[in-house]
Amino acid sequence: MQRSSWLRALRTPTGAATALGMLLLLVLAVVGPPLMRDAATTFNTSAIRQGPSGAHWLGTDALGRDVLARIVVATRLSIGLALVSTLIGVVGGVLLGALPVVLGRRAGRAVRAFVDVAVAFPGLLVALSLAVVFGVGARGAVLALGLTAVPSFARLTANLAAGVAEADYVSAARLAGASRGRILVRHVLPNIGEPLVINATIGAGSALLAFAGLSFLGLGVQPPGYDWGRLLNEGLNRIYDAPVAALGPGVAVVLAGVAFSLFGETVAQVVGLRTDSRVKGAVPRLALAGEAQDGAVRAAPRDDLVLDVEDLTVAFPGGSTPVAGVSLRIHRGEMVGVVGESGSGKSLTALAVAGLLPPQATMSARRAEFLGHDVRALDDRERRSLLGTSLAMVFQDPMSSLNPALRVGRQVAEVAEVHLGASRATAAGDAVAKLAEVRIAAPALRAQQHPHQFSGGMRQRVMIAMGLVAQPRLLVADEPTTALDVTVQRQVLALLRRVRDEHGAAVLLISHDVGVIAELCERVVVMYAGRVVEEGPVADVLARPAHPYTRALVESVPDMTTPRTRPLVTITGRPPDPSARPDGCPFAPRCPRAQARCTQEDPPLMAMPGTRAACWFPHLDERAALAAGPVA
Amino acid sequence: MTWPGTAAGPQGVAAAGPQDAAAAGPQEAVAAGAGQLQEASGGSALAAAHPGGAAGTKGRRPTAGPWTRFLLRRTGRLLASLACLVVASFALIHFVPGDPVRAALGVTAPVELVESRRRLLGLDRPILEQFWSYLSGLLHGDLGTSLTSSLPVSKVIGDRFVSTAVLAGLAFAVVMVVALPLGMLLGILTRDGRRRRLELAFVALANTLTGIPSFLLAVGAVTLFSVGLSLLPVAGRSGPSSWVLPVFTLAAGPAATLALIVRVETLRVLSQDYMRTARAKRLPTRLLYLRHALPNMLTAALTLGGLLLGGLVAGTVLVENVFAWPGLGTTIVGSINSKDYPLVQGVVLVLGGAVLVINLVVDLLVAVFDPRSTVLET
Repeated sequence: MQRSSWLRALRTPTGAATALGMLLLLVLAVVGPPLMRDAATTFNTSAIRQGPSGAHWLGTDALGRDVLARIVVATRLSIGLALVSTLIGVVGGVLLGALPVVLGRRAGRAVRAFVDVAVAFPGLLVALSLAVVFGVGARGAVLALGLTAVPSFARLTANLAAGVAEADYVSAARLAGASRGRILVRHVLPNIGEPLVINATIGAGSALLAFAGLSFLGLGVQPPGYDWGRLLNEGLNRIYDAPVAALGPGVAVVLAGVAFSLFGETVAQVVGLRTDSRVKGAVPRLALAGEAQDGAVRAAPRDDLVLDVEDLTVAFPGGSTPVAGVSLRIHRGEMVGVVGESGSGKSLTALAVAGLLPPQATMSARRAEFLGHDVRALDDRERRSLLGTSLAMVFQDPMSSLNPALRVGRQVAEVAEVHLGASRATAAGDAVAKLAEVRIAAPALRAQQHPHQFSGGMRQRVMIAMGLVAQPRLLVADEPTTALDVTVQRQVLALLRRVRDEHGAAVLLISHDVGVIAELCERVVVMYAGRVVEEGPVADVLARPAHPYTRALVESVPDMTTPRTRPLVTITGRPPDPSARPDGCPFAPRCPRAQARCTQEDPPLMAMPGTRAACWFPHLDERAALAAGPVA
Repeated sequence: MTWPGTAAGPQGVAAAGPQDAAAAGPQEAVAAGAGQLQEASGGSALAAAHPGGAAGTKGRRPTAGPWTRFLLRRTGRLLASLACLVVASFALIHFVPGDPVRAALGVTAPVELVESRRRLLGLDRPILEQFWSYLSGLLHGDLGTSLTSSLPVSKVIGDRFVSTAVLAGLAFAVVMVVALPLGMLLGILTRDGRRRRLELAFVALANTLTGIPSFLLAVGAVTLFSVGLSLLPVAGRSGPSSWVLPVFTLAAGPAATLALIVRVETLRVLSQDYMRTARAKRLPTRLLYLRHALPNMLTAALTLGGLLLGGLVAGTVLVENVFAWPGLGTTIVGSINSKDYPLVQGVVLVLGGAVLVINLVVDLLVAVFDPRSTVLET
């Protein structure tokens, strides 16, 4: 390992405390016995059973010996015994656990089965039984604890070795004719050394505690010898007149045990075996809180606008704004597609529209109306009721979007129970009807099943059925077909169209797939770098894209006439970092038509024939040029 | 790490290492259980794709096949483990160096007494015959005769078994009742990095508790509550107050371990896609957590809880000796010291068997509660 990472570990509070603790243990074990043995062993009849004092910080025992001195002197024996028993456990475990590699398949499996059985027995019982066999005393206890640890180290070794044995270089060595023994020594053992050493260190901490337990029970070190467990045993007898005599060795055991464990942890962290324990990735915050309420706020749209969002901006701490000034209007029964590369902000736009942004995101908009209600002005109850009934979401991955622990029918029925006040039986019946509506065969039976019994396409249809329970006015589908097979994709798309036709719900379809949008939508919104770069009827925009980015997107889709000998068209370069957007048009660095103006002035969305595009030099070849002016 | 952790420790870290799962426990004590949890949750993701009943539109549940195979496999494993246990406990007395009866009765005991005891134990007969009579005795509930009291071992163990079982059972109840709600509450309170200080305080406290072996905790608790404050009895089993310290010192470590795991599990579950679906349905908070989050944590909590119960049963040995509790723990230590080998054999057999049976029951419960029944595949 690099020296720098060790130093860095040493500078963390845990690392420093660990190093200090280990150092202290080492010093006490080395210099403790020679320095303090006299005070620890000499009888002093004039100072029997004294409490803590200046001369005896933790008092004296029944023979007038200094308790603190005894604890210090016992360090060497306690740690030594723990280390020896750990060594026995590791050596025995490695020998046993490596057997499967040497023995071959069948015998190896037998060894692993034996180890599995042995691991299942509680260690304490095994240790006690072995202590009987080896005789009561320090020697017997060391052997007993060592052998008790063998199965778990054997399992660890076997698991690690099995992992390494799959590796390519081991296969190569095997093909080259290396013997099993040679493979074990040359290839397997060196590669599992690190985790073994780390686990042994942590195991030493456990052994220390275990040994204290055995000695405490009177089965370990026997008088006149003493380790911490023995001192604890003696101290417990006097717990009334001198509680510190029992607590002192107890504290020593715990601290030493913790020091060993932390040492193992620190080593593991430095060599990179364990990752940061903190849970990674933001857990989306619950947007709404409060009690359940019946009675829905009935939608009262002023006109036929379902969704009206203006100048929507989503920002994250640190200055990143992945969505910057997006305006989106969706009319009743309209199917609108949003297309763009990953990172264009299209999914965040969908989540913002649905009020499901991750907690650290902040959203602002000049206007945010759903069915004529300003969603920001509603109170919790109203918002929950409105969005719960009139807005439905379909997510990208149907495999993970349904709750694996609940029956499918229950999950579909829930919305009716919570938001429409339906009884459980009514809601269940309705759920079956909705499942039938999305063409799930044997819906009554299927409703009783769990999601894992459904295929991906069926789960996505269940998600849609879930949205249909209340009468949705808008269905937001975020990449609903990306995770599905091509044939299943078509079924789901057809279903989305039927949802619009039969329920009159508007659909907002987010996709990176131009083909999907072309097939389903009437209007398309092209997003790039967190803003809308082109918008218009699908037929116009995709057939004659005005924005160079839209054109590149359309051209990058292969069709039946694309020559297969030529490489696929790709858009070179990457979208700008949302936290450091350049001046001017964000697409300019990748744009073949870019000129000086593009890097200086950011083009607004401008009306063009059949479309609106944010570009200073749009493709207007086949069109009559129109006076380009900013759209209010 | 608590005592039973000696066995569980090493695998824990190895399992947590390469897998980099969000569920990785913060500290090593957690890792002991986290290994299994991760395997469980990782496995379920794979199993989600398993064909099961998903392929056909007939929509049948997975057939009885996997269940039968699962039951057979688990029962087989239990029987194999029990067989090992019986052989080991039988062998125990034969592995004692020298003559076990002479060792038990001491050098001053007359030869005739030793001989009669040897005959009583059947030690003069061929080894296979001894094993056979040991086996047939076991099947009739006969565990042999205690050397020190000359009473049947089954009789000596009988009452004490109940005493230990109730102690472990109560401690387990405390563990579940405290750790499950506490871990979940803390998971909810500290989700997406909120209340960092609360998280820090909880993790530090819980890890400290898991790091102190139960018998040391017991000594500390006795010092504080019995000696210092005179609130509770120091030792023995008398009124209800005498149960308080044994139960709580036994429960504290496992409860802390479980609460740590449940919190991490809660965080994991809350970040799942299906929780976003539930939020998209605008469900009330109560339903969101109790109906949608809780069932997804039960498998993990039960699995770890079962492991902890096995550890609790073994852990009684030490705690009982601190409190002079009349149970199997004090019995086995007393019998080891008095070299009453038939009694040692009996206690090892009963305690070991209890742990094995508990493990099986937990496996079955987890299989029943887990709707995906992923354990069936393992």
